Amino acid sequence: MIKISKFLLIATLLFAVACSTDDDGDNGGESNGGDNFDRGEMLANWADNIIVPSFVAFQETTQRLEDVSKAFAENPETTELNVLKAQYKAAYQEFQTVEMFQIGKAEELNYRSFLNTYPTKTENIESKIASGNYNLKLPSNFAEQGFPALDYLLYSYGSTEETLEFFTANPEYITYIVAVAERINALTTEVTASWEGDYRDTFVNNTSSSSTGSVDRFTNDYVMYFEKILRSGKIGYPAGAFTGSPSPTNVEALYAGDISKNLYLQALDSFEDFYYGVKINGGENGPSYFQYLKYLEDGTNSESITASIADQFSAIRAQSSALDSNLKSQVETDNSKMLAAFDELQKEVVLLKVDMLQALSISVDYVDSDGD
Amino acid sequence: MQLSLGKYLKKTTEAAPLAVFRLFFGIMMFASIVRFWLNGWIEKLYIAPKFFFSYYGFDWVKPLGDFTYLLFILCGITALMVAAGYKYRLAIILFFLSFTYIELMDKTTYLNHYYFISILSFLMIFLPANAYFSIDAWRNPARAFQKIPQWCIDAIKLLLGIVYFYAGLAKINSDWLFRAMPLKIWLPSKYDLPLLGDLMQQEWVHYAFSWSGMLYDLFIPFLLLWKRTRFVAFLMVIVFHVLTRVLFPIGMFPFIMIVSALIFFSPEVHHKILNFISKWFSISKQRFDNLKTHQFTGIKKKVSIGVLSAFFIIQLLFPWRYLLYPGELFWTEEGFRFSWRVMLMEKAGYAQFKVVNAKTGNRFYVNNSDFLTPFQEKQMSFQPDFILQYAHFLADHFEKDGHENIEIYVDSYVALNGRKSTPYIDPEVNLLNFADSFKHKTFILPFEDEIKGL
Repeated sequence: MIKISKFLLIATLLFAVACSTDDDGDNGGESNGGDNFDRGEMLANWADNIIVPSFVAFQETTQRLEDVSKAFAENPETTELNVLKAQYKAAYQEFQTVEMFQIGKAEELNYRSFLNTYPTKTENIESKIASGNYNLKLPSNFAEQGFPALDYLLYSYGSTEETLEFFTANPEYITYIVAVAERINALTTEVTASWEGDYRDTFVNNTSSSSTGSVDRFTNDYVMYFEKILRSGKIGYPAGAFTGSPSPTNVEALYAGDISKNLYLQALDSFEDFYYGVKINGGENGPSYFQYLKYLEDGTNSESITASIADQFSAIRAQSSALDSNLKSQVETDNSKMLAAFDELQKEVVLLKVDMLQALSISVDYVDSDGD
Repeated sequence: MQLSLGKYLKKTTEAAPLAVFRLFFGIMMFASIVRFWLNGWIEKLYIAPKFFFSYYGFDWVKPLGDFTYLLFILCGITALMVAAGYKYRLAIILFFLSFTYIELMDKTTYLNHYYFISILSFLMIFLPANAYFSIDAWRNPARAFQKIPQWCIDAIKLLLGIVYFYAGLAKINSDWLFRAMPLKIWLPSKYDLPLLGDLMQQEWVHYAFSWSGMLYDLFIPFLLLWKRTRFVAFLMVIVFHVLTRVLFPIGMFPFIMIVSALIFFSPEVHHKILNFISKWFSISKQRFDNLKTHQFTGIKKKVSIGVLSAFFIIQLLFPWRYLLYPGELFWTEEGFRFSWRVMLMEKAGYAQFKVVNAKTGNRFYVNNSDFLTPFQEKQMSFQPDFILQYAHFLADHFEKDGHENIEIYVDSYVALNGRKSTPYIDPEVNLLNFADSFKHKTFILPFEDEIKGL
């Protein structure tokens, strides 16, 4: 019996060793003396001066979006419809400033997918409205809500007069619009509240260098956003970069049309501002990737990564001036310009994903496997 | 010479060091398998991916779907059997086969450590590691031996020595010694280590680690061999490997190396270890102390010594095969694997594949995440053999999808040891014109810098 218990003891110890050899994000272990770049300060700058103010500002626009949609429901007239359409555009524009922050509550809620899955599934929207029976909280309904759904509902039935006429005859459409606007606002309120509450500290205090640390995780998301959402989503898919056949119906804000380029530029601006640590409410730039890379560059003699990244941002912007304000028209008239935009974005992906991540020693993969 | 070799082969020694080695090796392997499983890596690495990167010539080795778990169970159980010395020969053969099969399933997960385990377990097939302090010896006293030929223990020392020494040789290059790369990239990112965090920011620390790492690898086998320095050397082994464990995501390997280094100690030390274990488990160790000597005779002797001689000649020569290839080894990676080049590079890349219809000129890009896991994509993007294999896979896939006259091109960039990323594969080359082989891959663009050294 003694033997068996000893075997068990050893087995348990082995198990403990086997299980404990993974260093998970140990919170808080800050040591910011010496000439160490202060990641805690960078995280605080991100949270306090960029992410939280961006969400607060955006939440104001979604609140107003909900309000004006309800005002329109109460009083379905031309003025109210025009106010609603304008607010939809304003909110969609503002959304571009927070779309990249898919971390914490936003990640948990699938925030981006609920607010901006496009192209929207128009037949499903029609059938849902017809049945009057829908639950927008289901993940299976990503493509029937958010801004792309509003885009379809507000702009696909013709002029404001025609649309108004259609809604007056079919008031269930207005109900759906209100539900979508409410849902956008509710999700945004939840994410904003989380940042204003506990999550800010959780995020800022997790300065661990492991793959579960905030800097690692956020940076992975940030770079992934640029590659998949900005480059592929806003430019690549409509241009048919991955299929060979241009697909104009894949543009963002397909029905409102003339705002699609502005949405793209806003996303680009916000992304670049974040890179430089530009504070939403003004003041000198705080620490962000640019400052972090500068700090690391001082010690090496390699060519400047920050200069290359800055040049590429300029090249992307210069190229974008050739684009039509309606990206759908651009795809239809001269798709080569869209592909050119894709190629410029692509060069920045290489700089961010290869050069920047290598300099920061952040691993791209999410599998926390062993190294040599 | 003939005489002294014959003499050497007849020399005998205590079997205890080999028994201790077998015991700890088996336990460590079992723990590694359990850890691998608990981390969810079987699912992540071998079940979830849609596509697997095969080693050249081993494309028939594939994960077995859910049966892959059985493979790991087999590997874990045989590791325990090895530890206990129960049906040892069968167990170590099955362990070698299952472990090696696992490693061959996808080269994305290649690690020098895994290769080390594979060849070490191969070596152990030919050693009488169950002669002493094993269940086999306990149950069958006729096959229990207190003594074994000296070369059985020296073989393990030699393999460990090769691993260290070659790892040291590989560090003799200008990036490692004069640019302190890649440690200059890796160490500062460990800013949150208690006590060491700030030190890791200092440039002199990066150089100190680089140089001492090189010297450690080159000299540790000799310091362990020499009796007068052995104890200090063993302390160095512990410090070195614990440090690497703290600094890098290196898994079980440091512990395996620390325990393996015990083989260099004298039989008395191992008898003490076994005495301690015997007391703890109330095992009568005396039963094994029969003064009998295990002798290799006849065909068995010829095969064992023949195979192991060939094995070591290959081990000594194989790491030099890179000399047969033109270009910078770190850049092309032709002859990089299986050569104890450990922690030498920080390399990252990005590969954007383009599928072109040769007749119509119609083209589109490939979304790598449609086919590869992030880990696979990362590994693929800077290794030419991966890029080539993936290109052929893409061609097959899109052909099935109804595309015609397919050509595959890749726009790829690679950054090596802190250098700015530069184009890697010739973007004008249709990769389908090349089949994988051991020949030099001419579609790799030249490295624009120079790394001097071995």
